[in-house]
Amino acid sequence: MTLLSVRDLRVGFGKPGHETEVVHGVDLDVAAGETLAIVGESGSGKSVTAMSINRLVDYGGGRILGGAILLDGTIDIATAPEAALTGLRGREIGMIFQEPMTSLNPVLKVGTQIGEIFAKRHGLSGRAVRTAAIEALERVRIPDAARRLDQAPHQMSGGMLQRIMIAMALAGKPRLMIADEPTTALDVTTQAQILALLAEMQDETGMGLIFITHDIGVVAGIADRVAVMQKGHIVESGPLDDIIDRPQHPYTRHLLEAVPHFRWGSAARQDTVRRPETRSAQALSVEDLSVRFPVGGGFLRQAQGYVHAVDDISFDLLPGETLGIVGESGSGKSTTARAILDLVQPTGGRVSGADGHAVQMVFQNPNASLNPRMDVRTLLSEPIIAAGRRVDASALDRMRMLLHKVDLPEDSLTRYPHEFSGGQRQRICIARALMPEPKTLVLDEAVSALDVSVQARVLDLLVDLQRDFDLAYLFVSHDMAVVERIAHRIAVIYAGRIVEMGDARSVLSDPQHPYTQKLISAVPTIERRRVEFALDTEEVPSTLRPLGWQAPPQHWQDHGPDHRFVTGSGA
Amino acid sequence: MSVLSALMRHSAGRIGLVIIVIFTIAAILGLLGLTPHDPLAQDRLARLQPPGGAYLMGTDLFGRDILSRLMVGIGQSFVVALLSVGLATLVGTILGLTAAWFGGLWDGVAMRTMDVLLAFPAILLALLIVAILEAGMTTSIIAIAVVYTPIFTRVARGPALSLKTRSFVDAARTFGSSRLYILSRHLLGNLVAPLTVQVTLALAWALLTEAALSFLGLGTQPPNPSLGLMLSDSRNLMEMAPWMLIFPAAVIMLAVLGFNLLGDALRDIADPKSRRALT
Repeated sequence: MTLLSVRDLRVGFGKPGHETEVVHGVDLDVAAGETLAIVGESGSGKSVTAMSINRLVDYGGGRILGGAILLDGTIDIATAPEAALTGLRGREIGMIFQEPMTSLNPVLKVGTQIGEIFAKRHGLSGRAVRTAAIEALERVRIPDAARRLDQAPHQMSGGMLQRIMIAMALAGKPRLMIADEPTTALDVTTQAQILALLAEMQDETGMGLIFITHDIGVVAGIADRVAVMQKGHIVESGPLDDIIDRPQHPYTRHLLEAVPHFRWGSAARQDTVRRPETRSAQALSVEDLSVRFPVGGGFLRQAQGYVHAVDDISFDLLPGETLGIVGESGSGKSTTARAILDLVQPTGGRVSGADGHAVQMVFQNPNASLNPRMDVRTLLSEPIIAAGRRVDASALDRMRMLLHKVDLPEDSLTRYPHEFSGGQRQRICIARALMPEPKTLVLDEAVSALDVSVQARVLDLLVDLQRDFDLAYLFVSHDMAVVERIAHRIAVIYAGRIVEMGDARSVLSDPQHPYTQKLISAVPTIERRRVEFALDTEEVPSTLRPLGWQAPPQHWQDHGPDHRFVTGSGA
Repeated sequence: MSVLSALMRHSAGRIGLVIIVIFTIAAILGLLGLTPHDPLAQDRLARLQPPGGAYLMGTDLFGRDILSRLMVGIGQSFVVALLSVGLATLVGTILGLTAAWFGGLWDGVAMRTMDVLLAFPAILLALLIVAILEAGMTTSIIAIAVVYTPIFTRVARGPALSLKTRSFVDAARTFGSSRLYILSRHLLGNLVAPLTVQVTLALAWALLTEAALSFLGLGTQPPNPSLGLMLSDSRNLMEMAPWMLIFPAAVIMLAVLGFNLLGDALRDIADPKSRRALT
């Protein structure tokens, strides 16, 4: 039976009478118990479409210009008065947003925020509210629920908060759930848990689910039917297998081909430079690097303990080689990158090959890493000025050469960052990092903020640049599919320590450490359809250690010529 | 240029701009001595003349031309306001930027000092400084600058704290950019918009404080004309010669209104942009 039926939906933004239409006549159907995935890149109108279904778009300055949104074939949400919508939102239609951190009020206890729903919606009071809240958290598999109720949002991890958001959305017992990129901000292992949870809730309650995402791998894991959106139109829709195996529209095919799919190591690069005779010519070498942050200390007070963000990490990099560093957020992979560039002070260890301007960095968010008030020429000049050199003809020649290399037009020099797209801005960042002729580039989630099809092109660019300039890359990412494309070797970081390292193909196809195995099994791929992800509520161990704690020695075991992993209790 | 045209499109900003431009022209003419009469010349035959005739805004008890004295008075007040706010902006911005950048003890010392200054009512603090130093124009400038420095320190420190953690500052560090370059190009460059708004608003307050100090006899010294002094002179003659009160009072009110309208308009214009730049 059709739960929701959207016909010819048109949505616009702007002053009444002068709206700019961004959604042009969308048709959608969702049956009870069914999952519809809406796929598209940023700006495709997928989120606006979703926000229109519960008319939240009204609060974002948008307006429904035409069409019908029929719930149960009777209530037309598109024209319903606001008073009627208040009863629908939460009760009939629930919603989960992308960023759980910003969806919860940071100053209220989690329990208060969940309790509010039971008090308002179900008229409960006193102890009954608390009991209901505990039940709600237990349903989304939050261990130790009673204690969690008294905590504030900042005391919990992102995955935990997203589970709480789901618990809150489920508390209204909605028949339709809209999930807008609910796992995009989360690690793959946490993502797998959230997907498993949503599927389980759906089985239990028979609710319909609209799942919005840019990640086609996630779609394969969860969707029954798929709608592909581009520029405000649905360009193709149908059952999951048809869309993935027999895409008809060129844009769907483009999405499927452009996106890096995870292939368990078979797509790893084969142009390795690591041979016995090249091993001594290292571009960068890191030995026993440690970074600790004091906790609980303060003015005239001694620290109560240390967060061992990075503990005794060692690796080396050859010219022309990429080492991929993978791990969950909080595992210490970004701290490692930042410590090499002295952006955080290492507490111990040695880094050689990072003198002067030999190591440069490209950051995750190109919008934030370019000063909006500087034109490209000034931006590219900065490393030259920092090195105490003049911006002369040869410097300008290098700017033009690098702009050409990163496929940007020469007239870019006089333009400002906001005149470029996200992918182009990241190209500017890459060109800027190459200005002082570095030997090593540290790429910290350098393609994660980009649209999937742009991602693939920037990855290709990076591979070309690596060959042209014989660059060593330290590529930090949580995205296994992306790492597979660019890394020759992979280091897996877990709770601040490397637990497995070696040849990319070998590590990805034959992971040995249990954590690596868990990480790889959680990667969504288009080969794995409608997966039953195992629900696993185990939290990552804390890296907060008491004073004087020493990391236990790790026992390494070889697995092939260039592949080793940690065994036993040292894991 | 784009700011000017945006101001002209903003209805309140247009009014503020017109007021300030007219007063600025009057002030420049007054300071250059291009007044209808000599502001200090006493005409014993034309004491307390009502407006009209040879004296457009009338004369005071000594037969001095009110319009001429007003023009010079506006000039004096504007000079004091501009110099004091300029000084406050310079010191406040440097304090705010360095407090945000270095943090720790320096941040604590600088900001707590500013808190102490802020705890005093503006006019009381200014009086205190004038009492310590010697009454006069230079003292007024220093006093008003000290009073408004904490505001600029705060306006600079807040955004600087968030700008400091942005990746373009991290990027600059990885190039080895100097501290001066990062502070001036990356932090200060992005503070121009909020500081401009604050300068305009502070000019209005500075003008008022200057008038108050002169009124109390602690600013510009007679016989030099100043807006506050003229008000003070008119006190006892209010009923006999109301024009002595009305014109300087109206000038102060309009100038303050003009700067406030201009500041509000600049804030409206800068806001969406500065928000985008800072988040």
